[in-house]
Amino acid sequence: MIQIDGVGHSIGGETILSDVTMSLPKGGVTALIGPNGAGKSTLLGLMARLQPLQTGRIRFDDLDVARTPTARLALKLAILRQEMPLGTRLTLRDLVAFGRFPHHRGRPGPQDRAKVEDALALFGLGDLAHRYTDEVSGGQRQRALVAMTFAQETDYLLLDEPLNNLDMAHARHLMRTLREVADRHGRTVVVVLHEVNYAAAHADRIVALKDGRLAFEGPPGEVLTAERLSALYGTSVTVRDVEGRPVALHYA
Amino acid sequence: MAGRPVLDKRLLALGLVLTLLCAAFLTLGARGDWGFVLAYRGTKLAALLLVGVAVAVATVLFQTVSGNRILTPSIMGFDALFVLLQTSLVFALGGVGAAALPAALRFCLEFGLLLGGALLLFGTLLGSGRTDLHRMVLTGIILGVLFRSLAGFLQRLIDPNDFVVVQASSFASFGAVDGDLLGLAAGLSTLALLGTWSLRHRLDVLALGRDHAISLGVDHRRSVLLVLVLVAALVSVSTALVGPVTFFGLLVSALAHLVMRTHRHASLLPAAALVAGIVLVGGQLVVERLLGLAATLSVVVEFLGGLAFLYLVLRRPVR
Repeated sequence: MIQIDGVGHSIGGETILSDVTMSLPKGGVTALIGPNGAGKSTLLGLMARLQPLQTGRIRFDDLDVARTPTARLALKLAILRQEMPLGTRLTLRDLVAFGRFPHHRGRPGPQDRAKVEDALALFGLGDLAHRYTDEVSGGQRQRALVAMTFAQETDYLLLDEPLNNLDMAHARHLMRTLREVADRHGRTVVVVLHEVNYAAAHADRIVALKDGRLAFEGPPGEVLTAERLSALYGTSVTVRDVEGRPVALHYA
Repeated sequence: MAGRPVLDKRLLALGLVLTLLCAAFLTLGARGDWGFVLAYRGTKLAALLLVGVAVAVATVLFQTVSGNRILTPSIMGFDALFVLLQTSLVFALGGVGAAALPAALRFCLEFGLLLGGALLLFGTLLGSGRTDLHRMVLTGIILGVLFRSLAGFLQRLIDPNDFVVVQASSFASFGAVDGDLLGLAAGLSTLALLGTWSLRHRLDVLALGRDHAISLGVDHRRSVLLVLVLVAALVSVSTALVGPVTFFGLLVSALAHLVMRTHRHASLLPAAALVAGIVLVGGQLVVERLLGLAATLSVVVEFLGGLAFLYLVLRRPVR
Protein backbone atom coordinates (compact mmCIF):
# COMPACT_ATOMS: atom_id res chain seq x y z
CA MET A 1 0.00 0.00 0.00
CA ILE A 2 1.18 3.50 -0.78
CA GLN A 3 0.39 5.83 2.09
CA ILE A 4 0.60 9.57 1.41
CA ASP A 5 0.14 11.80 4.45
CA GLY A 6 -0.22 15.56 4.36
CA VAL A 7 2.19 16.07 1.48
CA GLY A 8 2.71 19.68 0.45
CA HIS A 9 5.17 21.19 -1.98
CA SER A 10 5.98 24.67 -3.12
CA ILE A 11 8.52 26.00 -5.58
CA GLY A 12 9.65 29.60 -5.33
CA GLY A 13 6.76 30.55 -3.05
CA GLU A 14 4.19 29.04 -5.37
CA THR A 15 2.17 26.17 -3.98
CA ILE A 16 2.17 23.09 -6.19
CA LEU A 17 0.67 20.60 -3.76
CA SER A 18 -1.14 21.29 -0.54
CA ASP A 19 -1.92 18.72 2.10
CA VAL A 20 -2.48 15.71 -0.13
CA THR A 21 -3.49 12.65 1.86
CA MET A 22 -4.50 9.35 0.32
CA SER A 23 -3.72 5.70 0.29
CA LEU A 24 -3.41 3.57 -2.80
CA PRO A 25 -4.00 -0.14 -2.34
CA LYS A 26 -1.46 -2.68 -3.46
CA GLY A 27 -2.09 -4.27 -6.85
CA GLY A 28 -3.93 -3.10 -9.92
CA VAL A 29 -3.59 -0.04 -12.09
CA THR A 30 -4.21 3.41 -10.60
CA ALA A 31 -4.60 6.32 -12.99
CA LEU A 32 -3.66 9.79 -11.82
CA ILE A 33 -5.63 12.37 -13.80
CA GLY A 34 -6.16 16.11 -13.67
CA PRO A 35 -5.60 19.28 -15.68
CA ASN A 36 -2.16 20.64 -16.56
CA GLY A 37 -0.43 22.08 -13.52
CA ALA A 38 -2.52 20.08 -11.05
CA GLY A 39 0.62 18.68 -9.45
CA LYS A 40 0.44 15.12 -10.78
CA SER A 41 4.05 14.97 -11.94
CA THR A 42 5.28 16.67 -8.80
CA LEU A 43 3.45 14.15 -6.64
CA LEU A 44 4.93 11.27 -8.62
CA GLY A 45 8.40 12.81 -8.40
CA LEU A 46 8.07 13.17 -4.63
CA MET A 47 6.85 9.60 -4.30
CA ALA A 48 9.93 8.43 -6.19
CA ARG A 49 12.33 10.66 -4.16
CA LEU A 50 13.39 12.57 -7.28
CA GLN A 51 12.73 15.71 -5.28
CA PRO A 52 13.16 15.96 -1.52
CA LEU A 53 9.93 15.97 0.45
CA GLN A 54 9.14 19.36 1.98
CA THR A 55 6.24 18.47 4.23
CA GLY A 56 4.34 15.31 4.94
CA ARG A 57 5.23 11.67 4.64
CA ILE A 58 5.12 9.00 1.94
CA ARG A 59 5.40 5.30 2.66
CA PHE A 60 5.53 2.27 0.38
CA ASP A 61 4.38 -0.59 2.60
CA ASP A 62 6.75 -0.22 5.55
CA LEU A 63 9.38 1.94 3.78
CA ASP A 64 9.43 5.66 4.47
CA VAL A 65 10.64 7.36 1.28
CA ALA A 66 12.50 10.11 3.14
CA ARG A 67 14.37 7.73 5.45
CA THR A 68 15.11 4.66 3.33
CA PRO A 69 18.41 4.47 1.44
CA THR A 70 18.01 5.04 -2.28
CA ALA A 71 19.45 1.63 -3.18
CA ARG A 72 16.84 -0.10 -0.99
CA LEU A 73 14.01 1.94 -2.50
CA ALA A 74 15.16 0.95 -5.98
CA LEU A 75 14.11 -2.61 -5.12
CA LYS A 76 10.66 -1.38 -4.06
CA LEU A 77 9.68 1.16 -6.69
CA ALA A 78 10.71 2.27 -10.15
CA ILE A 79 9.81 5.52 -11.84
CA LEU A 80 9.69 6.66 -15.42
CA ARG A 81 9.16 10.35 -15.89
CA GLN A 82 8.10 12.22 -18.94
CA GLU A 83 11.06 13.97 -20.50
CA MET A 84 13.71 11.77 -18.98
CA PRO A 85 16.22 12.02 -21.80
CA LEU A 86 18.89 9.37 -21.99
CA GLY A 87 22.45 10.55 -21.56
CA THR A 88 23.92 7.65 -23.50
CA ARG A 89 23.43 5.90 -26.79
CA LEU A 90 22.48 2.30 -26.08
CA THR A 91 20.91 -0.70 -27.69
CA LEU A 92 17.42 -1.39 -26.42
CA ARG A 93 18.70 -4.59 -24.77
CA ASP A 94 21.42 -2.68 -22.90
CA LEU A 95 18.83 -0.09 -21.87
CA VAL A 96 16.42 -2.68 -20.49
CA ALA A 97 19.37 -4.42 -18.82
CA PHE A 98 19.96 -1.31 -16.69
CA GLY A 99 16.72 -2.19 -14.92
CA ARG A 100 18.59 -5.07 -13.28
CA PHE A 101 21.26 -2.77 -11.81
CA PRO A 102 19.63 -2.44 -8.36
CA HIS A 103 19.80 -6.23 -8.04
CA HIS A 104 23.32 -6.95 -9.23
CA ARG A 105 25.11 -3.59 -8.77
CA GLY A 106 27.16 -4.04 -11.93
CA ARG A 107 27.69 -7.78 -12.04
CA PRO A 108 24.78 -9.33 -13.94
CA GLY A 109 24.25 -13.07 -13.56
CA PRO A 110 22.44 -15.50 -15.83
CA GLN A 111 19.08 -14.91 -14.18
CA ASP A 112 19.46 -11.15 -14.70
CA ARG A 113 19.96 -11.76 -18.41
CA ALA A 114 16.96 -14.08 -18.51
CA LYS A 115 14.79 -11.42 -16.89
CA VAL A 116 15.94 -8.83 -19.42
CA GLU A 117 14.86 -11.17 -22.22
CA ASP A 118 11.50 -11.71 -20.48
CA ALA A 119 10.95 -7.96 -20.27
CA LEU A 120 11.91 -7.48 -23.92
CA ALA A 121 9.48 -10.20 -24.94
CA LEU A 122 6.64 -8.89 -22.78
CA PHE A 123 6.92 -5.43 -24.32
CA GLY A 124 7.23 -6.81 -27.84
CA LEU A 125 10.80 -5.64 -28.34
CA GLY A 126 12.44 -8.97 -29.13
CA ASP A 127 13.18 -8.11 -32.75
CA LEU A 128 14.39 -4.60 -31.95
CA ALA A 129 16.66 -5.47 -29.03
CA HIS A 130 19.88 -4.93 -30.97
CA ARG A 131 18.81 -1.53 -32.35
CA TYR A 132 20.06 1.68 -30.82
CA THR A 133 17.76 4.05 -28.92
CA ASP A 134 18.16 6.72 -31.59
CA GLU A 135 17.37 4.28 -34.39
CA VAL A 136 13.85 3.34 -33.27
CA SER A 137 10.59 5.30 -33.19
CA GLY A 138 9.51 7.33 -30.19
CA GLY A 139 6.88 4.74 -29.33
CA GLN A 140 9.39 1.91 -29.38
CA ARG A 141 11.85 3.86 -27.26
CA GLN A 142 9.10 4.63 -24.77
CA ARG A 143 8.21 0.95 -24.60
CA ALA A 144 11.84 0.08 -23.96
CA LEU A 145 11.98 2.60 -21.12
CA VAL A 146 8.87 1.10 -19.53
CA ALA A 147 10.38 -2.36 -20.08
CA MET A 148 13.44 -1.18 -18.15
CA THR A 149 11.32 -0.19 -15.15
CA PHE A 150 9.52 -3.54 -15.44
CA ALA A 151 12.84 -5.42 -15.47
CA GLN A 152 13.65 -3.71 -12.19
CA GLU A 153 11.10 -6.09 -10.62
CA THR A 154 9.80 -3.65 -8.08
CA ASP A 155 6.43 -3.98 -6.36
CA TYR A 156 5.51 -0.50 -7.55
CA LEU A 157 5.81 1.09 -10.98
CA LEU A 158 5.32 4.84 -11.24
CA LEU A 159 4.87 6.12 -14.80
CA ASP A 160 4.45 9.77 -15.69
CA GLU A 161 2.49 10.17 -18.91
CA PRO A 162 3.93 7.16 -20.69
CA LEU A 163 1.43 7.66 -23.53
CA ASN A 164 2.81 11.06 -24.48
CA ASN A 165 3.40 11.27 -28.23
CA LEU A 166 2.26 7.71 -28.82
CA ASP A 167 -0.17 6.93 -31.61
CA MET A 168 -3.33 4.87 -31.04
CA ALA A 169 -1.73 1.51 -31.67
CA HIS A 170 1.29 2.15 -29.46
CA ALA A 171 -0.78 3.68 -26.69
CA ARG A 172 -3.24 0.80 -26.63
CA HIS A 173 -0.44 -1.78 -26.73
CA LEU A 174 1.34 -0.09 -23.83
CA MET A 175 -1.82 0.18 -21.70
CA ARG A 176 -2.64 -3.47 -22.33
CA THR A 177 0.86 -4.47 -21.37
CA LEU A 178 0.58 -2.44 -18.17
CA ARG A 179 -2.67 -4.24 -17.45
CA GLU A 180 -0.84 -7.51 -17.87
CA VAL A 181 2.00 -6.31 -15.66
CA ALA A 182 -0.56 -5.71 -12.90
CA ASP A 183 -2.70 -8.82 -13.44
CA ARG A 184 -0.18 -11.49 -14.31
CA HIS A 185 2.90 -10.22 -12.53
CA GLY A 186 1.20 -8.75 -9.49
CA ARG A 187 2.81 -5.33 -9.71
CA THR A 188 1.16 -2.11 -8.62
CA VAL A 189 1.08 0.41 -11.45
CA VAL A 190 0.50 4.11 -10.84
CA VAL A 191 0.26 5.97 -14.11
CA VAL A 192 -0.35 9.62 -14.92
CA LEU A 193 -2.70 9.85 -17.89
CA HIS A 194 -3.83 12.81 -19.92
CA GLU A 195 -6.49 11.02 -21.87
CA VAL A 196 -9.34 10.12 -19.52
CA ASN A 197 -10.66 7.40 -21.80
CA TYR A 198 -7.50 5.33 -21.42
CA ALA A 199 -7.97 5.60 -17.68
CA ALA A 200 -11.62 4.55 -18.03
CA ALA A 201 -10.69 1.56 -20.18
CA HIS A 202 -7.67 0.21 -18.33
CA ALA A 203 -7.49 1.50 -14.76
CA ASP A 204 -9.00 -0.07 -11.64
CA ARG A 205 -8.92 3.16 -9.80
CA ILE A 206 -8.91 6.87 -10.61
CA VAL A 207 -7.25 9.54 -8.51
CA ALA A 208 -7.96 13.09 -9.66
CA LEU A 209 -5.90 16.08 -8.64
CA LYS A 210 -6.77 19.72 -9.14
CA ASP A 211 -4.82 22.78 -8.01
CA GLY A 212 -2.54 20.65 -5.89
CA ARG A 213 -5.38 19.01 -3.99
CA LEU A 214 -7.13 15.70 -4.17
CA ALA A 215 -10.35 16.27 -6.16
CA PHE A 216 -11.88 12.78 -6.09
CA GLU A 217 -10.94 9.13 -6.20
CA GLY A 218 -12.65 5.82 -6.87
CA PRO A 219 -13.36 3.21 -9.54
CA PRO A 220 -13.77 4.67 -13.05
CA GLY A 221 -17.39 3.52 -13.38
CA GLU A 222 -18.34 5.56 -10.32
CA VAL A 223 -16.25 8.69 -10.48
CA LEU A 224 -15.98 9.43 -14.20
CA THR A 225 -19.19 11.39 -14.51
CA ALA A 226 -19.95 14.40 -16.68
CA GLU A 227 -20.21 16.81 -13.71
CA ARG A 228 -17.01 15.66 -12.09
CA LEU A 229 -14.94 15.72 -15.26
CA SER A 230 -16.36 19.08 -16.32
CA ALA A 231 -15.47 20.56 -12.96
CA LEU A 232 -12.05 18.89 -12.90
CA TYR A 233 -10.91 20.13 -16.30
CA GLY A 234 -12.91 23.37 -16.30
CA THR A 235 -14.57 22.61 -19.61
CA SER A 236 -17.81 20.91 -20.47
CA VAL A 237 -17.45 17.17 -20.92
CA THR A 238 -20.17 14.74 -21.95
CA VAL A 239 -19.93 11.18 -20.67
CA ARG A 240 -21.67 8.28 -22.44
CA ASP A 241 -21.92 4.71 -21.43
CA VAL A 242 -20.44 2.50 -24.16
CA GLU A 243 -20.42 -1.24 -23.54
CA GLY A 244 -20.55 -0.72 -19.80
CA ARG A 245 -17.66 1.75 -19.68
CA PRO A 246 -17.83 5.51 -19.30
CA VAL A 247 -16.49 7.29 -22.39
CA ALA A 248 -15.79 10.99 -22.20
CA LEU A 249 -16.65 13.06 -25.28
CA HIS A 250 -14.62 16.20 -25.20
CA TYR A 251 -13.47 16.64 -28.76
CA ALA A 252 -16.10 19.00 -30.07
CA MET B 1 25.33 -5.01 -19.92
CA ALA B 2 24.96 -8.20 -21.90
CA GLY B 3 28.21 -10.11 -21.96
CA ARG B 4 31.05 -9.62 -19.55
CA PRO B 5 33.46 -6.74 -20.10
CA VAL B 6 36.27 -8.93 -21.34
CA LEU B 7 39.58 -7.52 -22.45
CA ASP B 8 38.61 -6.01 -25.74
CA LYS B 9 40.69 -6.48 -28.91
CA ARG B 10 40.64 -2.74 -29.44
CA LEU B 11 42.03 -2.13 -25.96
CA LEU B 12 44.77 -4.66 -26.62
CA ALA B 13 45.63 -2.93 -29.90
CA LEU B 14 45.77 0.46 -28.19
CA GLY B 15 47.96 -1.01 -25.47
CA LEU B 16 50.31 -2.51 -28.03
CA VAL B 17 50.67 0.78 -29.90
CA LEU B 18 51.39 2.58 -26.66
CA THR B 19 53.99 0.02 -25.61
CA LEU B 20 55.78 0.34 -28.94
CA LEU B 21 55.74 4.12 -28.71
CA CYS B 22 57.12 3.99 -25.18
CA ALA B 23 59.92 1.67 -26.27
CA ALA B 24 60.72 3.98 -29.18
CA PHE B 25 60.62 7.01 -26.92
CA LEU B 26 63.11 5.43 -24.52
CA THR B 27 65.57 4.10 -27.06
CA LEU B 28 65.37 5.98 -30.35
CA GLY B 29 68.45 8.04 -31.17
CA ALA B 30 70.03 7.42 -27.80
CA ARG B 31 73.78 7.88 -27.52
CA GLY B 32 76.17 7.60 -24.66
CA ASP B 33 75.54 6.23 -21.20
CA TRP B 34 72.38 4.08 -21.27
CA GLY B 35 71.88 4.40 -17.53
CA PHE B 36 71.63 8.16 -17.81
CA VAL B 37 69.52 8.13 -20.97
CA LEU B 38 66.99 5.69 -19.59
CA ALA B 39 66.71 7.46 -16.25
CA TYR B 40 66.30 10.86 -17.92
CA ARG B 41 63.84 9.70 -20.56
CA GLY B 42 62.10 7.37 -18.13
CA THR B 43 61.19 10.26 -15.86
CA LYS B 44 59.88 12.21 -18.81
CA LEU B 45 57.91 9.24 -20.09
CA ALA B 46 56.39 8.57 -16.69
CA ALA B 47 55.29 12.19 -16.47
CA LEU B 48 53.74 12.11 -19.93
CA LEU B 49 51.84 8.92 -19.18
CA LEU B 50 50.70 10.22 -15.81
CA VAL B 51 49.40 13.44 -17.32
CA GLY B 52 47.72 11.58 -20.16
CA VAL B 53 45.89 9.20 -17.86
CA ALA B 54 44.93 11.97 -15.44
CA VAL B 55 43.49 14.25 -18.12
CA ALA B 56 41.72 11.43 -19.94
CA VAL B 57 40.05 9.95 -16.87
CA ALA B 58 39.15 13.37 -15.44
CA THR B 59 37.50 14.32 -18.73
CA VAL B 60 35.49 11.11 -19.08
CA LEU B 61 34.37 11.38 -15.44
CA PHE B 62 33.30 14.98 -15.81
CA GLN B 63 31.46 14.32 -19.06
CA THR B 64 29.60 11.44 -17.47
CA VAL B 65 28.27 13.36 -14.50
CA SER B 66 27.51 16.50 -16.50
CA GLY B 67 25.76 14.42 -19.16
CA ASN B 68 27.48 15.76 -22.27
CA ARG B 69 30.44 15.11 -24.52
CA ILE B 70 31.55 18.68 -25.08
CA LEU B 71 32.38 20.08 -21.69
CA THR B 72 35.58 19.10 -20.00
CA PRO B 73 37.09 20.10 -16.66
CA SER B 74 39.48 22.41 -18.51
CA ILE B 75 36.76 24.12 -20.50
CA MET B 76 34.84 24.59 -17.24
CA GLY B 77 37.88 26.36 -15.76
CA PHE B 78 39.28 23.69 -13.42
CA ASP B 79 42.89 24.23 -14.43
CA ALA B 80 42.43 27.99 -14.69
CA LEU B 81 41.36 27.81 -11.05
CA PHE B 82 44.48 25.78 -10.26
CA VAL B 83 46.72 28.39 -11.90
CA LEU B 84 44.89 31.14 -10.01
CA LEU B 85 45.53 29.28 -6.75
CA GLN B 86 49.20 28.85 -7.61
CA THR B 87 49.46 32.56 -8.37
CA SER B 88 47.63 33.54 -5.20
CA LEU B 89 49.98 31.41 -3.19
CA VAL B 90 53.00 33.19 -4.65
CA PHE B 91 51.21 36.50 -4.15
CA ALA B 92 50.51 35.74 -0.51
CA LEU B 93 53.86 34.23 0.39
CA GLY B 94 56.15 35.99 -2.07
CA GLY B 95 58.25 34.19 -4.65
CA VAL B 96 60.93 33.29 -2.15
CA GLY B 97 58.39 32.13 0.40
CA ALA B 98 56.56 30.00 -2.13
CA ALA B 99 59.79 28.60 -3.50
CA ALA B 100 60.94 27.86 0.04
CA LEU B 101 57.90 25.68 0.67
CA PRO B 102 58.66 22.06 -0.09
CA ALA B 103 57.23 21.19 -3.51
CA ALA B 104 55.12 18.44 -1.99
CA LEU B 105 53.58 20.72 0.63
CA ARG B 106 52.85 23.37 -1.96
CA PHE B 107 51.20 20.80 -4.19
CA CYS B 108 49.07 19.47 -1.34
CA LEU B 109 48.02 23.00 -0.43
CA GLU B 110 47.06 23.75 -4.03
CA PHE B 111 45.20 20.48 -4.37
CA GLY B 112 43.26 21.13 -1.16
CA LEU B 113 42.26 24.59 -2.33
CA LEU B 114 41.25 23.32 -5.76
CA LEU B 115 39.15 20.59 -4.16
CA GLY B 116 37.32 23.13 -2.02
CA GLY B 117 36.79 25.52 -4.92
CA ALA B 118 35.62 22.82 -7.30
CA LEU B 119 33.13 21.34 -4.86
CA LEU B 120 31.78 24.78 -4.05
CA LEU B 121 31.38 25.88 -7.66
CA PHE B 122 30.52 22.72 -9.54
CA GLY B 123 28.92 20.75 -6.73
CA THR B 124 25.94 23.08 -6.69
CA LEU B 125 25.84 23.30 -10.48
CA LEU B 126 25.77 19.53 -11.04
CA GLY B 127 24.02 18.28 -7.93
CA SER B 128 20.91 20.40 -8.20
CA GLY B 129 19.17 18.19 -10.70
CA ARG B 130 18.55 19.80 -14.02
CA THR B 131 21.86 20.04 -15.82
CA ASP B 132 21.08 22.74 -18.30
CA LEU B 133 23.85 22.55 -20.86
CA HIS B 134 23.69 26.18 -21.89
CA ARG B 135 23.90 27.32 -18.31
CA MET B 136 26.84 25.00 -17.77
CA VAL B 137 28.74 26.20 -20.84
CA LEU B 138 28.17 29.85 -20.02
CA THR B 139 29.09 29.40 -16.38
CA GLY B 140 32.21 27.51 -17.36
CA ILE B 141 33.34 30.09 -19.85
CA ILE B 142 32.68 32.97 -17.49
CA LEU B 143 34.42 31.24 -14.59
CA GLY B 144 37.38 30.30 -16.78
CA VAL B 145 37.81 33.86 -18.00
CA LEU B 146 37.36 35.16 -14.46
CA PHE B 147 40.02 32.85 -13.04
CA ARG B 148 42.44 33.63 -15.86
CA SER B 149 41.92 37.38 -15.52
CA LEU B 150 42.30 37.27 -11.76
CA ALA B 151 45.50 35.26 -12.13
CA GLY B 152 46.72 37.77 -14.72
CA PHE B 153 45.84 40.65 -12.42
CA LEU B 154 47.72 39.11 -9.50
CA GLN B 155 50.67 38.41 -11.75
CA ARG B 156 50.86 42.11 -12.60
CA LEU B 157 50.81 43.05 -8.94
CA ILE B 158 53.61 40.79 -7.84
CA ASP B 159 57.31 41.39 -7.92
CA PRO B 160 58.94 40.57 -11.31
CA ASN B 161 61.17 38.05 -9.57
CA ASP B 162 58.16 36.32 -8.09
CA PHE B 163 56.50 36.44 -11.47
CA VAL B 164 59.15 34.11 -12.88
CA VAL B 165 58.07 31.49 -10.36
CA VAL B 166 54.46 31.80 -11.50
CA GLN B 167 55.09 32.11 -15.21
CA ALA B 168 56.71 28.72 -15.48
CA SER B 169 53.54 27.10 -14.19
CA SER B 170 50.93 29.01 -16.17
CA PHE B 171 51.80 27.73 -19.63
CA ALA B 172 51.49 24.15 -20.77
CA SER B 173 54.81 22.52 -21.33
CA PHE B 174 55.19 18.81 -21.97
CA GLY B 175 58.93 19.10 -22.44
CA ALA B 176 59.94 20.44 -19.08
CA VAL B 177 58.05 18.47 -16.46
CA ASP B 178 58.37 19.19 -12.80
CA GLY B 179 60.25 16.08 -11.72
CA ASP B 180 60.10 16.69 -7.96
CA LEU B 181 56.38 16.16 -7.87
CA LEU B 182 56.33 12.97 -9.87
CA GLY B 183 56.22 10.58 -6.91
CA LEU B 184 53.51 12.47 -5.08
CA ALA B 185 51.50 12.99 -8.26
CA ALA B 186 51.76 9.30 -9.07
CA GLY B 187 50.53 8.40 -5.59
CA LEU B 188 47.57 10.76 -5.74
CA SER B 189 46.61 9.64 -9.25
CA THR B 190 46.81 6.00 -8.26
CA LEU B 191 44.36 6.64 -5.44
CA ALA B 192 42.05 8.59 -7.73
CA LEU B 193 42.23 5.92 -10.43
CA LEU B 194 41.46 3.14 -7.96
CA GLY B 195 38.49 5.16 -6.74
CA THR B 196 37.33 5.67 -10.31
CA TRP B 197 37.65 2.00 -11.13
CA SER B 198 35.54 1.03 -8.14
CA LEU B 199 32.84 3.41 -9.42
CA ARG B 200 32.85 2.11 -13.00
CA HIS B 201 29.45 0.39 -12.87
CA ARG B 202 27.85 3.27 -11.05
CA LEU B 203 29.25 5.62 -13.72
CA ASP B 204 27.40 3.65 -16.40
CA VAL B 205 24.15 4.36 -14.53
CA LEU B 206 25.02 8.01 -13.83
CA ALA B 207 25.54 8.51 -17.57
CA LEU B 208 21.84 7.79 -18.14
CA GLY B 209 20.93 11.02 -16.37
CA ARG B 210 19.92 12.04 -12.86
CA ASP B 211 16.37 10.74 -12.71
CA HIS B 212 17.20 7.37 -14.22
CA ALA B 213 20.15 7.02 -11.85
CA ILE B 214 18.00 7.72 -8.79
CA SER B 215 15.30 5.34 -9.96
CA LEU B 216 17.98 2.67 -10.30
CA GLY B 217 19.09 3.26 -6.75
CA VAL B 218 22.20 5.38 -7.20
CA ASP B 219 22.63 8.19 -4.70
CA HIS B 220 23.06 10.89 -7.33
CA ARG B 221 24.19 13.79 -5.20
CA ARG B 222 26.77 11.84 -3.28
CA SER B 223 28.08 10.19 -6.43
CA VAL B 224 28.47 13.53 -8.21
CA LEU B 225 30.40 15.00 -5.30
CA LEU B 226 32.62 11.93 -5.17
CA VAL B 227 33.32 12.20 -8.89
CA LEU B 228 34.17 15.90 -8.51
CA VAL B 229 36.71 15.02 -5.81
CA LEU B 230 38.32 12.53 -8.20
CA VAL B 231 38.30 15.08 -11.04
CA ALA B 232 39.89 17.71 -8.81
CA ALA B 233 42.65 15.28 -7.79
CA LEU B 234 43.41 14.32 -11.39
CA VAL B 235 43.33 17.91 -12.66
CA SER B 236 45.69 18.93 -9.84
CA VAL B 237 48.11 16.25 -10.94
CA SER B 238 48.10 17.17 -14.61
CA THR B 239 48.14 20.93 -14.08
CA ALA B 240 50.92 20.77 -11.51
CA LEU B 241 53.04 18.63 -13.82
CA VAL B 242 52.61 20.35 -17.19
CA GLY B 243 50.31 23.35 -16.75
CA PRO B 244 46.85 23.96 -18.17
CA VAL B 245 45.79 22.23 -21.40
CA THR B 246 42.36 23.17 -22.65
CA PHE B 247 41.31 20.83 -25.43
CA PHE B 248 43.48 17.77 -24.91
CA GLY B 249 40.96 15.99 -22.68
CA LEU B 250 38.19 16.62 -25.18
CA LEU B 251 40.30 15.15 -27.97
CA VAL B 252 41.09 11.91 -26.16
CA SER B 253 37.59 11.38 -24.81
CA ALA B 254 36.11 11.92 -28.28
CA LEU B 255 38.62 9.46 -29.74
CA ALA B 256 37.90 6.92 -27.00
CA HIS B 257 34.16 7.10 -27.69
CA LEU B 258 34.85 6.78 -31.40
CA VAL B 259 37.05 3.71 -30.99
CA MET B 260 35.04 1.88 -28.34
CA ARG B 261 31.44 2.81 -29.20
CA THR B 262 30.19 1.61 -25.85
CA HIS B 263 28.56 3.10 -22.79
CA ARG B 264 30.58 0.90 -20.44
CA HIS B 265 33.11 2.79 -18.40
CA ALA B 266 35.03 -0.42 -17.78
CA SER B 267 36.07 -0.12 -21.44
CA LEU B 268 35.82 3.64 -21.98
CA LEU B 269 38.12 4.69 -19.16
CA PRO B 270 41.08 2.47 -20.12
CA ALA B 271 40.58 3.37 -23.78
CA ALA B 272 40.69 7.10 -23.04
CA ALA B 273 43.80 6.65 -20.89
CA LEU B 274 45.56 4.62 -23.60
CA VAL B 275 44.62 7.08 -26.35
CA ALA B 276 45.92 9.94 -24.22
CA GLY B 277 49.21 8.11 -23.69
CA ILE B 278 49.51 7.44 -27.41
CA VAL B 279 48.85 11.07 -28.35
CA LEU B 280 51.29 12.48 -25.79
CA VAL B 281 54.12 9.97 -26.11
CA GLY B 282 53.76 9.74 -29.89
CA GLY B 283 53.51 13.51 -30.20
CA GLN B 284 56.53 14.14 -28.01
CA LEU B 285 58.47 11.52 -29.94
CA VAL B 286 57.70 13.27 -33.23
CA VAL B 287 58.50 16.70 -31.80
CA GLU B 288 61.81 15.63 -30.27
CA ARG B 289 63.15 13.13 -32.78
CA LEU B 290 61.68 14.23 -36.12
CA LEU B 291 61.13 17.94 -35.79
CA GLY B 292 64.13 18.54 -33.59
CA LEU B 293 62.08 20.52 -31.05
CA ALA B 294 61.05 22.98 -33.77
CA ALA B 295 57.39 22.68 -32.72
CA THR B 296 55.73 22.57 -29.35
CA LEU B 297 53.61 19.57 -28.50
CA SER B 298 51.12 21.59 -26.50
CA VAL B 299 50.34 23.77 -29.51
CA VAL B 300 49.77 20.78 -31.79
CA VAL B 301 47.63 18.95 -29.24
CA GLU B 302 45.57 22.04 -28.55
CA PHE B 303 45.09 22.64 -32.26
CA LEU B 304 43.83 19.09 -32.84
CA GLY B 305 41.70 19.25 -29.70
CA GLY B 306 40.22 22.55 -30.82
CA LEU B 307 39.28 21.00 -34.15
CA ALA B 308 37.65 18.08 -32.34
CA PHE B 309 35.70 20.57 -30.21
CA LEU B 310 34.42 22.41 -33.27
CA TYR B 311 33.50 19.13 -34.93
CA LEU B 312 31.53 17.99 -31.89
CA VAL B 313 29.72 21.30 -31.59
CA LEU B 314 28.82 21.54 -35.27
CA ARG B 315 28.09 17.88 -35.94
CA ARG B 316 24.65 17.62 -34.34
CA PRO B 317 22.46 19.20 -31.71
CA VAL B 318 24.43 19.48 -28.50
CA ARG B 319 23.88 16.42 -26.35
